[in-house]
Amino acid sequence: MVQLFGEFHQTPIESEEYLILGFSPSSIPLKQRWRNNGLSADFLADYLTVFFPANEDENTNDRHTEIKCAVGYIANELLENAMKFNDKTIHYPISIQLYLYHDRIIFCVTNSISPLAVEKFQAYLQELIHSDPQELYIDQLERNAQDDQGKTSGLGLLSMINDYMATLGWKFETVKKDPEVIAVTTMAQLTV
Amino acid sequence: MAEITIENEEYHVSYNNETTTIRCKGALRLSGMEEYEPIVELFNQVADMKPLKIYFNMTELKFLNSSGINVLSKFVIRVRQKQTVEMVLQGSNKIPWQGKSLKNLRRLMPSLQLEWE
Repeated sequence: MVQLFGEFHQTPIESEEYLILGFSPSSIPLKQRWRNNGLSADFLADYLTVFFPANEDENTNDRHTEIKCAVGYIANELLENAMKFNDKTIHYPISIQLYLYHDRIIFCVTNSISPLAVEKFQAYLQELIHSDPQELYIDQLERNAQDDQGKTSGLGLLSMINDYMATLGWKFETVKKDPEVIAVTTMAQLTV
Repeated sequence: MAEITIENEEYHVSYNNETTTIRCKGALRLSGMEEYEPIVELFNQVADMKPLKIYFNMTELKFLNSSGINVLSKFVIRVRQKQTVEMVLQGSNKIPWQGKSLKNLRRLMPSLQLEWE
């Protein structure tokens, strides 16, 4: 069964430039793996500079720095979420795919999710899709300030939408039965 | 002179008592709120000392993940609650995330001053 939320394109338009990185989340503990998120995000951002080369023009250079920063941030947040929320009880790889187009960059990150966590996550996505993201962002910050026990900030997706104008979509797919394995793919589109 | 510093190979966070300046440098992308705890504690201490004016310098902070944005926002709200404390946030135009994300803090604390270099 496949369920889609938000702006998700089932078949991304053909791109001749793409990069896919895969990770095996259970191979080393999360704490040790964490640094990998930053390294991978930096790598993806650096990799892109080949396609948006800097030159003498100052405006182009600014745009170049901005795209690099946005890719680094979004890739890092998507990977952090994938590492945090993947189903630790099964062995399912995490992947990040980056597609380049003349007017945008598309990120697709796939990870497993515990079947028990799906309902809550989908309810959150419904709220995210149907609310004013600015309001939701500020509300979330105020809520977090009241809550000293909160382990996650709930800001990753919201900051991508608000600060980077990213368009987000999700695909939930049952990839195996008995035991049930559900994969979720988060698609983030960044206009460049 | 009293300066408290928390750092590793990726980041540096410090508070200087004389200049009432918090300085963050490098890349802050710790995993979740637990790992940020020592930094949160330092920020809470600074807010609770209620200096007249706090300078928050992040002109060399190249990267901040969303958990870090949360830590920063919580600090701004804590300072706001003190009512008597002014705060100046010093950022850099050369680091794009700052222009995008720091403006949200003004919505939490309208009196927050932003200085760009």
